[in-house]
Amino acid sequence: MADVTDSYRPDRMAGFSRTQWAQVLVGVAVVLTVLQYTGLLPAAFHRLPEELVPNFAGWLDAIFNFVKDDLGLLALTRLLTEGLQWLLDVTANLLFGKRRWPNIGPIPWTAVAAVAGVVGYYLGGWRMALLGAGTFIWTALIGQWTIAMETMSVLVVAAPLAFFIGLGFGILAWRKPWVNRAIKPVLSVLQTLPFFTYLLPAVIFFKVGPTAGAVATTIYAIPPMILMTTLGLQKVSPEVVEAGNMSGCTRWQLLRHVYLPSARTEILVGVNQVIMLCLAMVVLTAFIGMPGLGAKLLAMMGSFKLGRSFEIGITIVLLAVMLDRMSKAWVVKQPEHFEKGTPWWKKHFMLLLGVGLFLFFVLLSQFVPEAQALGRRQNFSQGKELDNLIKGFLNIDVVKATTGFLRAFVNVQILIPFRNFMLSIPTPAFILLVIAFALWLGGKKQAVYAGVFFSLVALSGWWDRSVITLYSVISAVVIAMMIGLPLGIVAARTEKWSKRILLVCDTAQTFPSFVYLIPAIMLFGITDIAVIFSILIFAMVPLTRYTIEGLRTVPVEMTEAADMAGATRMQKLWKVQLPLALPTMAVGFNQAIMFAFFMVIIAAFIGTQDLGQELQRTLAGTDMGKNFVLGICVALMALTFDLTILKWASDQKKKLGLGD
Amino acid sequence: MNKFTTALSAGVVALMPMAAFAEDSSDPIVIPIHNWSSQIVMSHVVGQIFESMGNNVEFVTTDSQAVYESVRLGDVALELEVWEGAFGASFRAALEKGGLHDAGDHDAVTREDWWYPMWTKDACPGLPSWEALNDCAAVFATAETGDKGRYLDGPVDWLKHGQERVEALGMDFVVVNAGSAAALWAEIGAAEADKKPVVVFNWTPNFAEAVWPGEFVEFPEWVEGCDKDPAVGPNPDALYDCGNPAKGYLKKAAWDGMKDKWPAAYDVLTKISFTNPQIAEMAKFVDVDEMEPEEAAEAWLEQNPEVWQGWTGS
Repeated sequence: MADVTDSYRPDRMAGFSRTQWAQVLVGVAVVLTVLQYTGLLPAAFHRLPEELVPNFAGWLDAIFNFVKDDLGLLALTRLLTEGLQWLLDVTANLLFGKRRWPNIGPIPWTAVAAVAGVVGYYLGGWRMALLGAGTFIWTALIGQWTIAMETMSVLVVAAPLAFFIGLGFGILAWRKPWVNRAIKPVLSVLQTLPFFTYLLPAVIFFKVGPTAGAVATTIYAIPPMILMTTLGLQKVSPEVVEAGNMSGCTRWQLLRHVYLPSARTEILVGVNQVIMLCLAMVVLTAFIGMPGLGAKLLAMMGSFKLGRSFEIGITIVLLAVMLDRMSKAWVVKQPEHFEKGTPWWKKHFMLLLGVGLFLFFVLLSQFVPEAQALGRRQNFSQGKELDNLIKGFLNIDVVKATTGFLRAFVNVQILIPFRNFMLSIPTPAFILLVIAFALWLGGKKQAVYAGVFFSLVALSGWWDRSVITLYSVISAVVIAMMIGLPLGIVAARTEKWSKRILLVCDTAQTFPSFVYLIPAIMLFGITDIAVIFSILIFAMVPLTRYTIEGLRTVPVEMTEAADMAGATRMQKLWKVQLPLALPTMAVGFNQAIMFAFFMVIIAAFIGTQDLGQELQRTLAGTDMGKNFVLGICVALMALTFDLTILKWASDQKKKLGLGD
Repeated sequence: MNKFTTALSAGVVALMPMAAFAEDSSDPIVIPIHNWSSQIVMSHVVGQIFESMGNNVEFVTTDSQAVYESVRLGDVALELEVWEGAFGASFRAALEKGGLHDAGDHDAVTREDWWYPMWTKDACPGLPSWEALNDCAAVFATAETGDKGRYLDGPVDWLKHGQERVEALGMDFVVVNAGSAAALWAEIGAAEADKKPVVVFNWTPNFAEAVWPGEFVEFPEWVEGCDKDPAVGPNPDALYDCGNPAKGYLKKAAWDGMKDKWPAAYDVLTKISFTNPQIAEMAKFVDVDEMEPEEAAEAWLEQNPEVWQGWTGS
């Protein structure tokens, strides 16, 4: 396989342009495919023969076992587990009263809600206070307090861990260029690696349960923190550093008092990212025994309780939105400065208020049991009613007719033939097509990467499943574009609608995707269309978001110039706004593909024949090698698109003179 | 709950001649819970019995296949629902590696096979015979399967051999694999509204029986060796040409170290035995009556003292 791609790899010769070379590659691919259809192509060219597939999984297993047992990594990590376990026990005791040292918990829900309210007020005024306190009051009233605190007890350990590790690596990468160079590709792979690949090693090395959950969450959340830290530190202006040097700072002082405060904004954006990624892992880590909201959600879905799982979804969204808004407010908020001589209590009024309210509610809960905890019978869960509502909606005739039509037409006439066609393309031809795409859009370097990456996928022996994964991703992204782009264009016309749609995007992104898998199945049955529908919702978010942002940031002078030239609205849109917004939209398109690769793995829950299903299967065992190979296949495919599209976007930006 | 536990402990203390065992360790007995209701409630029932004996108990959510590895290593102390069909293979594999052992069977029997909700019988009156099912295969057709019927099998990794059986018995069915148990319920739930006939993989004891009454399809009866020897079963050239065993076991498994660390609790564990109706009742508390698992366990203990006091009282 490798030599087929090698011989067609483009170089500078013959004076062909990139596009022409891409056309040649497509031509060869078409010839190969036609040969396949006429039955002239030897079987070995259609699919790599089984006996040529190297035993990557076996080799990896051997390496893992060597590192794990012979080098004693397992002993080390089990030691770390003890430490982590101790930390988690402390937070677990405080938040939901697990019987462990210091044995003083659980903190009453009223106290937590009050403190959240005060923090919210401090960061962003009344609305934020309402959001902070309201989230916790909702959680308690709906009867999810304990499980939500089980989740939080892990997050309050995992998020700071990810923050400090990320910060440390970020500083290191900024100081030492070689670290930066070494770390970049690792981060790209980490960001595209499916989460199921993080989970299994976490279980093996850190014991099933909250410890493994905390580790997987931490690892998942680290990459953006590193990137943002490095970015922030690189942007610190030399003048500030000069000033620091002149006042005689030591290297540590310079870092602590000059660099880090100057990079504050970027670092806090990193914090925001860490929090969001931690929350994204809440449900997924339930697969490896993490208790809390995720585990409950899976149990609810396992007994077909749509309403209750929907409520859990809302709690997760509220938590996410609250933490997101608060950390963003923190980014914007500048450190306060007081006049000399302000009394101590006035400077720390908010802190004192928070502590005061906390103590008040802790005391109160000694006398009023409702302030301590709400029992199941006191809560306001509307699970049954929601169940009926959802089932009622799915049972409306119009809905049923629409889904029936989609299933009979889109699924049978379009999706399934498309999948079969993709599967019928011979492997070398497929690789050539991908190379042609990368060459045409990106450039020579991207084409080389595409060739190498997809050849590796072919060598992994999971080609058919990889193609099916790719098919789901492509179909979903294409449909998402047909819906998401017009939606973004229309919404971008007015400020009001932009805001509304962006809020919907935020919600859709944090709402645990598992919740809408069940309605998707009920609508479409266990079919490709249910799978694609569930990916679609997720992939549409970045497309719409970046379209709105791209269009709204088109310089006013440009649109005004168009108006003056007497352009109609349509002309303005097509000739001025869209071309200028295109690079930003391309970033959204890229994210859509990344999200789709993420979601396609989750969709294995519905029932697919792709890599996700195999990955899910490996979770139950100890098959680390296979798990890793599958994960890398997904990462390689995602990276190919990532590299190519981002290159194109930055080229376009340069062409338009929009800068970075 | 506290008042109740106290009363419970008092009762147990009165009933139990204390001298019979060495003292149990005060370390928590870790009980694994999975993602289906009966197992969660049963774990809490047993946990509360242990607590009433003065033990500390903790629960940890784990994967139902991976749990045997954890029992083996002593990360968790026991497993209360070892299904022959679903987990027999993982259990036996762990048994061979050593570290855990069989702590006795429940009275309950388990069965897993092709199943249909009752309304399906209206469209295909010959059921539950499999020949009758095959004769009305067209009733189960969907847009994707053409004129063949569709059978929704469990997730591929449950290894239920639906495809092999369709081939071995020459049935006009297309086998589609669901990705999860939740996906199975969603299909039945979607079919329920207009009573569309469906045939899916299902098992007992299970909450689904309470929500959707139904029956198993009767395939040629299971004969030992049906999965290993083609000659066994109606088709002399094929494996998997019989139904699954109609009376599979439901076992308990224990970590080897449990006997020494918590002798009293271990003794109770070996005596514990639930029946199918008891398990169904536990599941019903949660799935139909919307109780939390802890409360369901309490309620069950309260209503069935004669069952469990026999285990602790000896």
